[in-house]
Formats: sequence, structure tokens, C-alpha cells
Amino acid sequence: MRSPDIQGSSQSGASMKRTEIEIMDAEKVERIIDNHRCEPGSLIQILLDIQAELHWLPKEALAMVSEKLHVPMSRIQHTATFYKAFSLVPKGRHEINICMGTACHVRGAPRVLEVVQNLIGIQPGETDAEMKFSLGTVNCLGCCALGPVMEIDAERLGKLAPATTAGLLKGYD
Amino acid sequence: MINSPAELEKLRQEILSKRDPGTTRISICAGAGCLATGAGKVITAFGEEIEKQGLRNDVNIKGTGCPGFCERGPVVVIDPEDICYLQVTPKDVPEIVAQTIKEKKVVDRLLYVDQTKNEKAVHEADIPFYKNQERNIIGNNIKIDPKCIDDYLALGGYSALAKALFQMTSEQVVEEVKHSKLRGRGGGGFPTGIKWEAARNAPGDTKYVIVNADEGDPGAFMDRAVLEGNPHSILEGLIIGAYAIGSHEGYIYVRQEYPLALENAGIAIKQAEEHGFFGTNILGSGFDFYVKVHRGAGAFVCGEETALLLSLEGKPGEPRARPPYPATRGLWGKPTNINNVETWANVPLIINKGADWFNQFGTERSKGTKIFSLVGKIRNTGLVEVPMGVTLRDIIYKIGDGIPGSKKFKAVQTGGPAGGCIPEAHLDTAVDFDELTKAGAIMGSGGMIVMDEDTCMVDVARYFLNFLSEESCGKCSPCREGVKRMHQILTNITEGRGKEGDIELLEELALSTRSASLCALGRSAPNPVLSTIRHFRDEYETHIRDKMCPSHSCKELISYYIDPDKCGACRICPRECTSGAIIGDKNQIHVIDQAKCNKCGTCFEICPARFGAVIRLSGKPVPAPIPEEMRVIVRKRNPKREKQDAGNLLTD
Repeated sequence: MRSPDIQGSSQSGASMKRTEIEIMDAEKVERIIDNHRCEPGSLIQILLDIQAELHWLPKEALAMVSEKLHVPMSRIQHTATFYKAFSLVPKGRHEINICMGTACHVRGAPRVLEVVQNLIGIQPGETDAEMKFSLGTVNCLGCCALGPVMEIDAERLGKLAPATTAGLLKGYD
Repeated sequence: MINSPAELEKLRQEILSKRDPGTTRISICAGAGCLATGAGKVITAFGEEIEKQGLRNDVNIKGTGCPGFCERGPVVVIDPEDICYLQVTPKDVPEIVAQTIKEKKVVDRLLYVDQTKNEKAVHEADIPFYKNQERNIIGNNIKIDPKCIDDYLALGGYSALAKALFQMTSEQVVEEVKHSKLRGRGGGGFPTGIKWEAARNAPGDTKYVIVNADEGDPGAFMDRAVLEGNPHSILEGLIIGAYAIGSHEGYIYVRQEYPLALENAGIAIKQAEEHGFFGTNILGSGFDFYVKVHRGAGAFVCGEETALLLSLEGKPGEPRARPPYPATRGLWGKPTNINNVETWANVPLIINKGADWFNQFGTERSKGTKIFSLVGKIRNTGLVEVPMGVTLRDIIYKIGDGIPGSKKFKAVQTGGPAGGCIPEAHLDTAVDFDELTKAGAIMGSGGMIVMDEDTCMVDVARYFLNFLSEESCGKCSPCREGVKRMHQILTNITEGRGKEGDIELLEELALSTRSASLCALGRSAPNPVLSTIRHFRDEYETHIRDKMCPSHSCKELISYYIDPDKCGACRICPRECTSGAIIGDKNQIHVIDQAKCNKCGTCFEICPARFGAVIRLSGKPVPAPIPEEMRVIVRKRNPKREKQDAGNLLTD
């Protein structure tokens, strides 16, 4: 069972300032809920859209969903912590996802992960204090010929080796 | 909007008449694998070059579905000559256009070279990777731009739908599928026709049909390739199934990790709607059917059908006990039929060509072809479609071209986290639903991960149990606790804390978890443990008794050491070391500071072969570093060699 993202992670003052959902974001959330015609069955689809738009699920957004869909907050929390795609803490400016699929695993993905962890100083599921990187692992990106594979934002980088990984993380701000 | 089969045929003829078979066509794989290796840039480069050469009206360029040869992507096929170029980069494009398109000459260096015979293969069909396959499902991918319905129609698309709706009763459709003996491709292997019949006979007016594209097995991407590359084949199968069962509403459940599959499925549905394949009165038959796409949110267990249904309802996907089966009580409590992507893709073929045609492929109890994703330590990573019954050896050696490097094959893992590992001695096992089960694995959805001598089997079991303990939904305790404890024991063994009795305890836990868990995730979770114990018990014992990992893979049980007699003091490893653990300078033998070493293996991989000085030790102590004063290498002057080393420093 996966422990929810809400625990752990090196959140600092930077994220605390962002807990109040901004008006602009609130409008976005409202639009997303309306797009799904407020159907309770669309809960997961709505949460996915909010996640894609804001890169996390702020509490205020979940409260709006709960109110408009007439779904209790407990079920929204249950859903949001059950599925891996959701994050209850803000994500950094760049999302790194390291593929931990079987093909990548036998080709040395754990060693790549360790090097990245050491370089940016956080564990999978965490975001660094500067909100620069969020680190995550995924189970398979389906590009097994390129393994080990890492995804930074939408870009896929393949055939990684521990020695070359450090260079790939440069150039992000 | 097409209102009758005659109109459909008319449209098809119109499309075909506009297409001169002699026109030059450049097809570039635009599947997720090739896109990640730069296929997007290759497509743009072709567009620009064709424009530049003023050939826009003579040449047709398209990004297509994945033909499966991911190892050598981006793949480019030029028709009508059927020339297959591999690993094409934008830099190659001007030459291809100048030589092949304009001069009709083949660019030799981009062809596949058969290393054993030293022969070049011009056509796709001559490449051993393709030659030994039977590509009923993915064979069309390279001919189709998935974003263009006309390509599918040109190949006879939706004619099976017209046949089912106008020439067959819904009973006949079910009978044909039953007669084909098609079995579910998602891993369960349940006969599709019988499943359809159950849903058809279930009482109720509202029924649902669902495409399960929540391909969660790590290392498996068959469904992604079919949905991305030929989405209409799945839609056509789905509508036929809906007609057979009497359903008017369907869902396609796609995992959100597949953005391109989601995009292409969405476009395909829209185009199919515009053509009248979805909606009311399909092709004028009076049959109505609507479909929606639902994105999964990253939970492996949602591939299990009862969990998938809850997820569709917007709830956490926690499986429930069966019966009742979804055929009687499924989505929103209504009869529901769920099939895997590949199962649906087989349906139009069966309807068009008949069950007898389908029956010619495969074995007695497993009919048809199956797509496997052949990955891991294999030369030709990619998607492989073969008739059931082909041996593992043929897939790995004839199609996959064996193990890269001079490494030795150790095992092949089939069936994803629910599957098992098969050793060399069982390589002649025929691949079908039943034979793989006898060998202690399963066929599953079609993942095939090849492992060589450097892969530790205890670590593989630990890997899968880690995966499963994270993905277990936690609803039933045998799975929640059993998987976690097995993972804990396996972690202890791989980290040198294994003790006598661990193997027996693992076996006991495995059997209880298998018999007491609620859903297939828990019931099959022990498979990776049991199959590795069955075939590789000695590896477990070595880990436990000698604190040694024979594959030199378990980090806590190995050390890296530089052999002072072999070290050439080339300064490559101190520079590349990711933890700054290597001390050494010019003419000074390099030494690894064991306290700092993070065992990433970089030094081992980059030490030039002419030295081969870095060795891995397991189960024995690391020799003490040689004293500082003995580390100086006194060289005879060899200007040539020095120059070479300097060159290496710059290029390595």
C-alpha cells in the first residue's frame, strides 16, 4: 500500500505561501468541474485535469470539487491518496520521473535513481526546498528499448548510465 | 456520415482511387519509442527536404504506428519499393531524398545488417526480426497514420463492422467468436466468446462494453503500440462486440502514462463519429453505440476488472470478490463485458476472415497470434507477434538475436509481476497459455524480460514484490501483509541479512498469500518468489549462507576493487566516479576508497578493456590498498601510447 504523498517530503516555507489557492486557479478548477458536467462519476477525471493544470491538488480545490459534486471530502481524500497520479503537495518547477519498469531495472535503473537522489538530495515522492525539482518513479514508460529511461518534464532521455546522468540535470532552473 | 455498407464501399473506392500505388510514400514510425529517439525531428526533416526539392506533390510523408523494431528506431519505410531504413537521424534525410527518392538507389549504410551472414536486408520482410513473426495485428501499423481514418479505411477498415451489422445476427457474431476459440489477451486467458455470451444472456437492457488499456505490467507495451498505432482496429472490434452483446455504451480505459495513446484514441473516436461508426443508427443499421475515454490515474490493480469498474465509477480501485462476475453485475451494477486491447483488435479479423482462418494459427488450446514485448538484456528489443506455440528459444534467439555483449543467458521472465522466471533448461517450452504455466510462469499480457548472468534472481523476486507491495490496494490482509513480509525477507537476503529457514518461510508465506488473497494481484504475487526458488534455489542459498551474490548485482554484497597489477593509471575512473571515491593521478595506481564508494558500477563499466582493472568482489574481503609509495608507475617512454591515452581522455 502506498503511503500518501502528504507525509514526508522536504517542504519548506516556500510551499506554505502557496497553500491558499489563487483566484485564477480557482477559476480554472471551476471550469474543469463544469467541463465534466459536475458528474460524481467523473471524480477521477476531474482530479486528473486539476493535477495536470496546477501540478498538484490543493486542499481548497478538493473542497470545491467536494461541494460541486456532492461527494464527501473523505471519499475525495481516499481517491486522491489511492492513485499515484495525484499529489497533495506542490510539485517543483521540473518533474523528474525515473522509470523503474522491469526492463529498466535489469539494465541498471536503481543505480541511476541513486545518483539522481544524491545529486538533488531528495527521495522519490519529494520536492526540493527551492521547488526546483520533484523526483518520482514510474512503473513503465513503455520505451524499454531505451532503458534505463528518465523523463524530465515531457522529455524522455534514454540509455542512461550513472556517470552521464549528472550532466543531464544541468541547464534546469 | 455513412448511411449504408454500400456508401462505405463507395467511400473506400474514392480513397483508393485518389491513391496511386506507384506514388512514393515515406512512412516514419511515430510511436512513443521512436519519438523518444527523435522520430519527430526526422518527420520534420523529411517534410522540409521534400519541400526544398520541390517534390511535395510526388511524395507522401506520414508518421505511423509502431512496427515493433524499437531497438533500431527511428524506423523509416519507403514504398512502393519497400525499403526499410533503421536508426535514421535528421542528418540522413537529405541523402535519403537525394538517393532513394530521386535516384531510386538504396542507401546501404542505413540498412539492417545480418551479422552472422554479413548480409544486408533491404526489405522489412528480409530482416530476421520480422521474418520469423506472424504479424496479423501489428503488421498494419507501419501502413497507417493513426490520426487519419482514411488510411484504415483504405486497408478495408470497418468492413467487418458492416459485415457483422448487415450479414450476421448478434448470435452469429457471438458464435463466430466462440468458434474462433479466442482467449483473453490481458493475461486471464478466459475464452472471449463465452464471456460475451454470458454478458449477452444476462438480464437487463443497459449493458456496457469496455476496452481495458490499463497496461500496467512493467516492461510490457503491446497494448500501447496497438492503441497508438491502429486505434480504429480496436474501436471496430468494440462496436462489433457491443452489437453482439446488445450494449449501447462503451468505455476505453487508458492509463494516463500513455499520453500518445490517449491522444490517438481521442482523435480516432472523433473521426469515427464523423463517419457514422459511432452514434445513432450506425451505417443505417438501426444500432446505436456511444463510447467514452476514461483515463486511469496510476494504479496497477485497476487492470483487474472489478477494480477497473470501480475506477470508472470515480472511486478508488479496490477489487471485490467474484462472483458475481462483471458479465452479470458490472459497471453501475449492469452487465458488463471487459476485454483487453489486443483481444478487441482480433475481433474484426475473426469476423472478416472467419474463425477457421483464425484457428490455423496457434496450438490446440491457444489459438491465434500473440504480441510479446521482448525487452531487457536482449539485442533486438521490440514488439514481437508470433503464433502461439512458438518456443521461447525461437523468440529470444531467432527474433531477438540473443544476448548482447558476450554475456550468458540466465532466465526469461514472462507474465509481468504475476509471472515467473524460466531458466535455460526450459527454453524449448512452447509459448501458450498452458505450457508456460506448467513451467512455473504464465503468459500474462505478454511481457518477456530477458535476463543475463549479471541479473540476480533474488533481486528480481525482491523487485517484483516491492512493486506489488506498493501496488497492493490494502483491502485484504493476506495480500497486504503477505506480500509485505515476503518483500521484507527478500530485502534482508539481498542485503546480507538472510538466515537459515528464510527460503522455507518464503514458501509458506507464498502458499498462504496465494490461497487466501481476494483478487488476482494477491493470488499471483507469490509467483515471482516461487518460480525463482524453484529454478534458482542455489542463488538464494549462496546469498544466505555465503553472503555472496553470484551475479555481482546486490549492492550490499559486493565491492569494487582496482587490481593494482592491471591499473594503467589512465585517470578515467577517478574523473567519472559519481561519488569521488577513487584516488589516483597520472602514473599513480588508482585506489577505491571503500568507505566513500556508492557502488554505482561506473568504474567497472568504463575501465578500458585493455586494462580491465576494475573487478567486482562478492563474498570475500577487499584486499587492503597498496601503500602509497608502491603506487607509482614508472613507464618507459612510449609517445604513441601517451598520445592515445590523451585522446582517450578527451573522447571517453
